[in-house]
This record gives sequence, C-alpha cells and structure tokens, in this order.
Amino acid sequence: MQNFLNSYFFKTHRLEISIFIIAVILFLIYFAGAPHVFTRFPIYRAFMQSMPFFGIIAISATFVVTLGEIDLSFPSIVGITSLTFAMVLTAPWGNFFIAFTLATALGMFAGYINGLLVTKIGIPSIVATIGTLYFWRGLVNVVSQGSGVAIVDAADDTWHHALFVEKIFGYIPAQFVWFVVLTALMHWIYRYHKFGNHIHFVGDNKDSSQMMGINVDNIKIIAFVQLGFFSALAGIFTMHEMLYFWPTQGSGLMLTTLAAVFVGGTSVFGGKGTIFGTFIGVLIIGSLESGIIAIGLSGFYVQFINGIMITSAVTIYALIQRKKT
Amino acid sequence: MNKSLLRLENITKNFGNVKVLKEINIEINTGEVVALIGDNGAGKSTLIKVITGVHSPTSGKLFFKDEEVKIKSVSQSRKMGIETVYQERALCDQQELYRNIFAGREITNMFGFIDIKKQRKEAEKILRDYIGFTSEAITVDSPVMGLSGGEKQGVAFGRSLYFDSDLIILDEPTMGLSIQETEKVLNFVRGLKDKNKSAIFIDHNIFHVYGTADRFIILDRGEIVGQFKKEEISRDDLVKKMIELHESGKIQVEA
Repeated sequence: MQNFLNSYFFKTHRLEISIFIIAVILFLIYFAGAPHVFTRFPIYRAFMQSMPFFGIIAISATFVVTLGEIDLSFPSIVGITSLTFAMVLTAPWGNFFIAFTLATALGMFAGYINGLLVTKIGIPSIVATIGTLYFWRGLVNVVSQGSGVAIVDAADDTWHHALFVEKIFGYIPAQFVWFVVLTALMHWIYRYHKFGNHIHFVGDNKDSSQMMGINVDNIKIIAFVQLGFFSALAGIFTMHEMLYFWPTQGSGLMLTTLAAVFVGGTSVFGGKGTIFGTFIGVLIIGSLESGIIAIGLSGFYVQFINGIMITSAVTIYALIQRKKT
Repeated sequence: MNKSLLRLENITKNFGNVKVLKEINIEINTGEVVALIGDNGAGKSTLIKVITGVHSPTSGKLFFKDEEVKIKSVSQSRKMGIETVYQERALCDQQELYRNIFAGREITNMFGFIDIKKQRKEAEKILRDYIGFTSEAITVDSPVMGLSGGEKQGVAFGRSLYFDSDLIILDEPTMGLSIQETEKVLNFVRGLKDKNKSAIFIDHNIFHVYGTADRFIILDRGEIVGQFKKEEISRDDLVKKMIELHESGKIQVEA
C-alpha cells in the first residue's frame, strides 16, 4: 500500500482515483440500502439508457471548462437543434441525412456565436452564454408556438433508430455504447491531441499560451463549436428515445451536466481536468435520483444528497490541489 | 561576425492615438548581445512584441538576415529563429515540463496526435544536456509550478537552444531571481556568444546588463535616445546617463 501511495501512477492520477473511490462508496451504499434493486439488471439498463443524454454533453463541456470558460447555453442549443431535427425529419422533403446535417450544423453555428462573443467581443463566457441561453430557447418557443412535434412515424423502426437507441442483444442500450466510445475518443483527444494540449495551456495561462505561439481565440472558438455539435447530437439521441420533441427539451440538463463535470474533478479555474473523471461524474450524478429512491428515502432527499455529493467532491479536489502547491 | 541578423527601419507603433514607438532604427548582428534599457513605459515590451509577431508595426520595415519580412504571429517568428524568454510568462504552471517545452510546436503525427514518447525523450535530453538539471526531484513529468524561478528560466533557455534559434530575446530574465540564480542566467547569456547566437537583453539592472552585453540601446518614451558600444562607455558613465535621463527627460550624447 505504501508502495502504491508513492508510485508514479498514484501521484499523477490522484484526482481520478479519488473520484473512482467516491463512486465505489456510493454504489456500495446503494447495494447495502437496496440489494433487491441493485443486484438485478434492470436498474443498470435504466442507467445506461438515461445517462448518455447528458453524459455526452458533459464530456464535451469538459473541454470548455478546462479552458476556464463556461457554457450555460447548451440546454437551449439542445432545444433548437432538436426542433430543427424534428421539423426537417417530418417535412415531406426531409430525410434523416438532411435533418442530421442541419441540426448539427446549427449546433456548431450556435457554438461559433458563443465563441465569437467570448473571444472577439470579449464578453465573459458566463454572461455571453446566459444571453444565448435565452435567445435559442426563445427562438424554440417562437417557432414551435409552444407545441411539440411527434417523430414516431419518421423515426421508429428505422435503421437510425436501431443505430442510436435500440438494445444490443436485447440488453445494452446502443446510446450507452456510443457514450463509451465517444468518451474514449474524447479522452484521447483531450490528453494526446494537439488540440487537447492547447486547451490545457490556454486554460492554464492565456498570456503564456499566446507567447508560445498558440492561437488562443481559435482554440476557444473550436471548443464552443464542438460543444454545440455534441449538444445537437445529444438532442438527436434523446429524440430517438422519446420519439417526440417538446419545447422545453434540454432545459433540465444544465445542472446535472455541469455537476458531472465538476464532480469529475475538472478545475473551474481551468488548466486541469480529466475526461475519465467526468465519465465517473456522470455515473454518480446520473444514479443519485434512482439510487436514493431505491434505498427508500423520499424524493425530497434527492437535491439534498446531490448537494452533499457535489460540495464534498469539490472540497476534496480543492484540498488535493492545495497540498500540491 | 558583423553579418546583419535583424534590422528595424523606421518602425512605429500606435495604439489608437498613442504613439508607443516612434521611428525606431536598430540593427543587430550575428553573435551580438544587445541590451535594451529604459524605464517602464519606454516601449521596450512593445518593441519586443513587434519583433516576435505579437503586434504588427503601424509602419516601418523589418529585415531578418537581410530579407524584408512581415511577422504576423509568434509561430512565424519562432519558425524564423526568433525565440523569446519571458520572465514568469514563459511557461504554464500546471502542465508537465515535457508538454511545456513543446507547447505550440508539438511533435505530432499527421492527424495531430502528439508523440508523447518522443516528446518526453527529447525533453529529457534538453533537461540534461542544455540545462544541466541533475536534481532527482525534477523530471520531465513534473508540473512547472514545482520549479524555482531560476529553473523555470533554465527551461525557457534550454527550449530556445534546442530549437536552434538565431536570436534570443530575454525580457527581464533575472527579475525576481536570487543572486545565485541570477548569476546562472547571466552566464547563460554570455555563453550565447560562443554559440554565435544573438540576443536582445532587457533588464532594469544596469550592472547585469553591463557585464553581459556588447552594445546598449537606451529607449525613452518610444524613441531611441542613446546608443553606445561597450568599449565607448564605462559602467559608471552609463549609470550617469540613465540618471540624467531620469531627471531631465533628455540625454546628452557627446560627439
């Protein structure tokens, strides 16, 4: 044990190990509190079904948070891109390819606007994205006039429905496989690609990065654009599961998604974070509600325990950080 | 020896209505260390930023190796062989050394993925051969924040040597360093000449500058107010000139 504590792996992965231990403890509590639920498969299938919708965005948002920026507008980007997808898919001239292309392009465009506001105009991201949060949601309301769009006829029993959300071998929801694959891919980019490297440097120290020849503005813009893309993608996944667009779609995602990123150990000051941490953060945040209910506590405890989890996780990270310096 | 490396002709830089640089003419030869002296706000940093491509000049011409160049970005100036060593601002604290050394010019494959193994190996070489780090506590995987000011400066120097820059710009490299560490940095600057590299050395401390530079350029409110070769002026006279300038805002240049 002493050996392990002094090992290189432990020293460089303290954050990941802490978050992993927190998750294990949490699931042990579930097991002890509700063995009849947690020793059976259905609860896990339910997790695998619901977590990817905000998990995909959380992974992508980790890039923006590592920059020391924040994006509050993604719930509305999910809304506007889902609406676009639904309208185009159900239009007489529409098909999946056009719908998918337009929705993701719009998502990237929305991200691009966020990026421009932050870099070229110089508005702090927390302020700029509050503006675009209202703007895109407002546009959803205006265009949809408050009513939903059913896509059952256009999406159910199609190849893309099978590709996105059907159960593989009747057990594993396809979206969870997508989520795991995207997480692995994004982890690879975050740690080993030039872009991920530059994300870390810009988040760490913008001025130094500029001096070292990194194009700070471009990196920020690309980060917002990819978040726009993945917000659209998450919206499309959700639509295939629900087969229905409703005008508030996405608006419940804000706090769970950002909570997953912060519980995952990504620093709000920028420069440091892990995709693995966010992945575990998604497992924690995404399981809390069902876990608490299954144990037998009333629904009133959900937010309370959520609060304890988030606060204690970020406290642990702050202490780890302080020890290092 | 006297080959021109960098020549500035009538360089001006305005920020809005403020003229930060007025008609600057400087020539720097190969193997020469030139000190740039001046008070805060004299325009030293702006001049450096024009040379390294952070800012573009409002007017004037830049020649590098006798060819006119327009430097539009830091990566461009780095590629040409101009490297800057900034005090405190040269590195990102939370990132590992091997990532810092290659930041902005990573060793990647065609898809942009970093060859971590190679970067670590090269970084190890830089630490050992160029900087002479022997401490067990510092490895290529250490984040920069654990390093002392002098060590950080060493990393920035090592980086500039590794990438074989012709002109190294030192922006107050001794600021905030202990006496011992300052001596290391100054030794390093002296060593540049043996390698036939040129440097622009900016420092407040005339005693540091005098011992290392071949030539002194005094900048005041965006203008060059004095240029001296080391053999033309004693250290005490240089100090006197600076005090004179400070008091009267003018400098008496003897013929």
